[in-house]
Amino acid sequence: MDTSIHTSEAMVRRRAKRRAAERRFRAYGATAVALAIAALGALFASIIGNGYTAFQQTYIELEITYDPETLGLGEARDAAALSAANYPGVVKKAMRETFPEVTGRRAKRRLYGIVSSGASFILRERVLADPGLVGETRRVWVPADDDVDMLVKGHIDRDAPEAERRVKDDQIAWITRLERAGRIEKRFNTTFFTAGDSREPELAGVRGAAAGSFFTLLVTLALSFPIGVAAAVYLEEFAPTNRLTDLIEVNINNLAAVPSIIFGLLGLAVFINFFGLPRSAPLVGGLVLTLMTLPTIIIASRAALKSVPPSIREAALGMGASKMQTITHHVLPLAMPGMLTGTIIGMAQALGETAPLLMIGMVAFIVDVPGGLLDPSTALPVQIFLWADSPERAFIERTSAAIMVLLAFLITMNALAVVLRRRFERRW
Amino acid sequence: MNATASEMLLVNEPPPPPPPAEPVAADPVPAGIETVGRITVDQPRMTSRNVSVMYGDKMGIEDVNLDIGKNEVLAMIGPSGCGKSTFLRCLNRMNDTVDVCRVTGTIRLDGEDVHDPRLDVVQLRARVGMVFQKPNPFPKSIYDNVAYGPRIHGLAEGRRETDAIVQRSLEKAGLWNEVRDRLEQPGTGLSGGQQQRLCIARAIAVSPEVILMDEPCSALDPIATARIEELIDELRENYTIVIVTHSMQQAARVSQRTAYFHLGRLIEVGETSQIFTNPRHDLTEDYITGRFG
Repeated sequence: MDTSIHTSEAMVRRRAKRRAAERRFRAYGATAVALAIAALGALFASIIGNGYTAFQQTYIELEITYDPETLGLGEARDAAALSAANYPGVVKKAMRETFPEVTGRRAKRRLYGIVSSGASFILRERVLADPGLVGETRRVWVPADDDVDMLVKGHIDRDAPEAERRVKDDQIAWITRLERAGRIEKRFNTTFFTAGDSREPELAGVRGAAAGSFFTLLVTLALSFPIGVAAAVYLEEFAPTNRLTDLIEVNINNLAAVPSIIFGLLGLAVFINFFGLPRSAPLVGGLVLTLMTLPTIIIASRAALKSVPPSIREAALGMGASKMQTITHHVLPLAMPGMLTGTIIGMAQALGETAPLLMIGMVAFIVDVPGGLLDPSTALPVQIFLWADSPERAFIERTSAAIMVLLAFLITMNALAVVLRRRFERRW
Repeated sequence: MNATASEMLLVNEPPPPPPPAEPVAADPVPAGIETVGRITVDQPRMTSRNVSVMYGDKMGIEDVNLDIGKNEVLAMIGPSGCGKSTFLRCLNRMNDTVDVCRVTGTIRLDGEDVHDPRLDVVQLRARVGMVFQKPNPFPKSIYDNVAYGPRIHGLAEGRRETDAIVQRSLEKAGLWNEVRDRLEQPGTGLSGGQQQRLCIARAIAVSPEVILMDEPCSALDPIATARIEELIDELRENYTIVIVTHSMQQAARVSQRTAYFHLGRLIEVGETSQIFTNPRHDLTEDYITGRFG
């Protein structure tokens, strides 16, 4: 038999070893991917599991009599009087009439506690929209108090000892009667998407935070994309190689690694204390996040510019295109997908950033939905931080729901990045 | 521009490594050698005198004197790293794009100094077009590839004139019949030989006086090569062509004059038939007979 060195026994063993090593190598990779997917799955399961109930809210049907006397209106029907009228009194009266057997101040207080304090606002809005309601009786669905909401959703155990739960025995009895009468219902929680923050979980929404995040990101995008691309083009295409540009390059790379709270401190010192810009404003938030995002965008854009094949530049220069024409006609279009990807990654980072916003006052409790760049506002991640810090049980599910909104934002942005990449990508 | 190392890659012919390890006696070219043969022509289009190129502190080419005549094809041959591409890129100042590159000496195009600060390099490159080693069409449509030059130089008014230039250029490059029905398709979708002819059409479209070709066929198969060579012969009627090539057969087939470079120096120049049949310098003879290189 022919004995080549490649068929010897030692060689066969070596080959088997090599194959095993290759299989192990693949297994490591597969394990890593599986771990990542499992972690992501656990994250999503936990967030969605905790948060999906927040998209529903318990409502109670009340028979409201817009009695001018209870409202304290007398004969007045003008807007000022209507808006200052005693709507909580009407709600309380309706509750008393529903459960006439309740007596005693404490029991009555517990009875009134079933309905959200926001119920009176709903009534006021209705009356202001239609003053003819005064004197009439209407069936109105009003939000239940957050504790009742939690009880109905099953987050509060009805069998636990009374001292250990926030909903008392008599309240449970009233709720059960209302449920039997079909006067308690879970409905889609529109408030969560239309309202700003509130101390009452059932009245709190993410609209204010989302608007704040939107305005902040608008400022960040409007500043960081042009500045970042311009800086990258200059550094990559025009700047001479010398100590100064080396220093700039090192510093940009270092800035990308600076903890974001430092940028917040900088923003506080420079934009608010020195330039006197308002606190809690999306404008300042956007400026701070611009500083934070710029290194990311510059680094990504430079990488994109570097990856444009030199043959394209040579072709353009050889045709007699000026340097600027070469860059604007050929290099930038080819580098654009990479630049956009870098920008959107930077934006996504900025969207999720909390720490610098804490430093410039975007952590304040703000009820109104901001309407502009200078209105006091907060941002989605800060809102999540604030709610996570709140003691009410109902804020737990709202925290998770707000995280879901934030994630939806992020996924949308990343999907946009993929779409833009596909659209602008050209092969050569 | 920063990274000098990557910039160097732009140059197709990297500068020859300094030969300190080699004993001086082994260096076959004595310092200050005169070029063998007649460097001048009767009707010069471009002239170069004492052209030297330094890459940092490395010598790229040294003291090159060479005329390029009207309507002639000049072939430049020589072993890798001998400086022929470096010299070629001096003629339209493409070496300007390399940071560390310093060019000295005088190069004239129709009597005008190309390094004159009053001369716009954009205009120079429009008059001295270039075709590169690797076909490098823009990632745009075939039409836009050819129309790009006329557009940036303002050579055509309106769509009709541009159409005419595109068609004429593609016809001259012998590509029109193959692409006339798909002008809107990307130029990068063509075959290698077609891409190179597209690049030639693109260069012709701005009506240059001189076309520089840096090993235009090195990435092509023999059939595409033959097509390009035919084309070069046709283009000679209207243009002056300088071609760098590694194929001596190609130089012999397409050129009227041939210049032989060695280690950054122009060793010999002469009629192509004379260079290939009766080289006067030993180095030229060694190279064309395949003893080295």
